[in-house]
Amino acid sequence: MRIAMTYTRLRAEERLLLDAFESLGVSVEPIDLRAVVFDPIDPGAWRSFDAVIDRSVSLSSTLAAVRVLQGHGVRCINQLQAIETCSDKLSTSIALARAGVPQARVRVAVTAEAGLAAVEQLGYPAVVKPVVGSWGRLVARLSDRDAAEAVLEHRETLGSAQQRIVYAQEHINKPGHDIRVFVVGGHAIAAITRYSDHWVTNTARGGTAEGLPLTDELRDLAVRSAAAAGADVVAVDLLECPERGLLVNELNHSMEFRNSIATTGVDIPRLVAEHTVSIAEGVAA
Amino acid sequence: MRAVCPECDAVIEFDRPPLRGQIVRCADCGVELEVIGLDPIVLEVAPEVEEDWGE
Repeated sequence: MRIAMTYTRLRAEERLLLDAFESLGVSVEPIDLRAVVFDPIDPGAWRSFDAVIDRSVSLSSTLAAVRVLQGHGVRCINQLQAIETCSDKLSTSIALARAGVPQARVRVAVTAEAGLAAVEQLGYPAVVKPVVGSWGRLVARLSDRDAAEAVLEHRETLGSAQQRIVYAQEHINKPGHDIRVFVVGGHAIAAITRYSDHWVTNTARGGTAEGLPLTDELRDLAVRSAAAAGADVVAVDLLECPERGLLVNELNHSMEFRNSIATTGVDIPRLVAEHTVSIAEGVAA
Repeated sequence: MRAVCPECDAVIEFDRPPLRGQIVRCADCGVELEVIGLDPIVLEVAPEVEEDWGE
């Protein structure tokens, strides 16, 4: 059995995963994507891998690698469709909607002018996010029309072409925290609550995390969300809406977990490694 | 095993052999460093966060 782990930064997560594979007695080849030259017509030795778990921190690198590998039949974790669905918030919204998973109301527009109308349909405060982005970057809460006009004009003038797409979401008045559920191989394995004084609760933005017991509702929503994206390994972020209960907010195909092992008591990297081995052995699909 | 932070010259101790490409943080100046050589251990300032980085 041959397994590779591709990466662009060997962070604590990647080291923990390598240790987990080692503890299972499985040799994994760590491959720095920054040094790789792919032949997309004939990827050669890459074909001999039974599974490749991608842990690149760069979405562009992930997509390039997985397109080549999966295109030639190499089983990647996650698979291309899951990465595309999770990394693009519009695709996430559609996948969740098709699966009947509750989520915040969303509007999408392709110009600042239509974006303003989109925000006004949702009402203030509203949140605008880059369609593709992570760690809470460039997420803005718009408290009124003045703020909306300013942010949308700035995006249109200063942002990339992609940032001109307005992805607006109703603001959920969550109680100072949100919830993350880790799903591996169709099972919800652990959950954390992320607290912050700031309305953006990403731990990448300074939020702190505590373990949270999994409830049937959390398991159900998280597993359905993972299935909607077709993800093998995914972190499902949820918001608690005072009126409508739990809403799924975002899906993360390359989840960080270093601070969630001790807080949950769950050996997340081991479970990810075990699932990867199952896939490589053909036990799991 | 030890190496020197290229930013502030602090000595960084490793309790196990690092891997090439591994990211470490200098406890003195806080900068993120990447292991670019193993024998001896050589560090350089890690690349800055880019727009498409994340989870």
